[in-house]
Amino acid sequence: MSKVVHTFTAAIPTWSPYVTPVELASATPEQLAAMKVTPSNKGVSPYVLTLAHDPESLEVRSPLFNMIMYGKDGLSSAERELGALSASIVNRCIYCTAVHASRFIGLTGQNDVVEDIFADERDATLETRQQALFDFATKLSTTPIEATADDALKLANAGLSELEQLDIVLSAAIFGWANRLMHTLGEPRA
Amino acid sequence: MTLIETMAGVPEGSRLGQALKARAEILRLSEAAHDAVLVPREPGGLSHGLRAALAARMCRHVGDAALTAHYESYLAHSHDLDVVALAEPGGACGNALDDAMARHADLLTLSPREATRQDIETLKAAGVSEADIVRLSELAAFVNYQLRVVAGLKLLKAVEAR
Repeated sequence: MSKVVHTFTAAIPTWSPYVTPVELASATPEQLAAMKVTPSNKGVSPYVLTLAHDPESLEVRSPLFNMIMYGKDGLSSAERELGALSASIVNRCIYCTAVHASRFIGLTGQNDVVEDIFADERDATLETRQQALFDFATKLSTTPIEATADDALKLANAGLSELEQLDIVLSAAIFGWANRLMHTLGEPRA
Repeated sequence: MTLIETMAGVPEGSRLGQALKARAEILRLSEAAHDAVLVPREPGGLSHGLRAALAARMCRHVGDAALTAHYESYLAHSHDLDVVALAEPGGACGNALDDAMARHADLLTLSPREATRQDIETLKAAGVSEADIVRLSELAAFVNYQLRVVAGLKLLKAVEAR
């Protein structure tokens, strides 16, 4: 019997919804299209099956999410993952944190950065550029929003181009969205 | 021009304006997401008026007056007078379902980290369907995304203008 995970980890748990997911067998054509179910792709996660209750949103959110996180130019993949991680720490989404901490480690090999963030959360001390990204992204994720022009200036001073600055805004913001689904509609279990 | 660009007011000729041009497809999809949560073809138990009222309420929580006004105009166009009180933080309309949804929108905006299984059980006990719980979550999640993109852009714009 698995248990609910309450602490930050880079080991990816499973995700168990609080609401009954849509059943693939009884899904409407619109739900199937939003889930990108085709005869050759029938593997759909409980998360996507849960979001299929609102196919109009799901259909738009999936490509938007992929474009923000996996676009080719601009901010590096690892730094987008850091943006995702920053929001997920503020919103305490254990599942999102695990997935994106694990991707960050996979891209950078920097276990120590993730360990520091897990230990000290928003007070973590990082190298200059990562610190600027982490502080800006965490402060953009709070309510009220704590980020200031001085925090944005630190991005520019750390050498980020305007496109890279835009990409950290987008990667933190899209996790403001993802965390509000994943953390509130279900729980991580391991 | 998309709503996010209008709200952020980034000068087209600036370096940030050029960056936005490079992310035009993301802005277009963000606009499509706005339409999907505000005026969906299938609104379920969340009328277009209720969605606009909750969006305005969440924008007030975060203190964005221009986005609040945008959603207030959607609310006015819906002619849904029953839900008008929900557009203000703390406001209630007397309908148990709608009031429960407004309290959940508050939670998702102010302290999503505090959300637990119990909050979903509370919605179910108030009579909110499972599909409507997902619709409400997507609405709140999107509005919080949009508020942060606009806020972030305004900060980047201010730095470039220094």
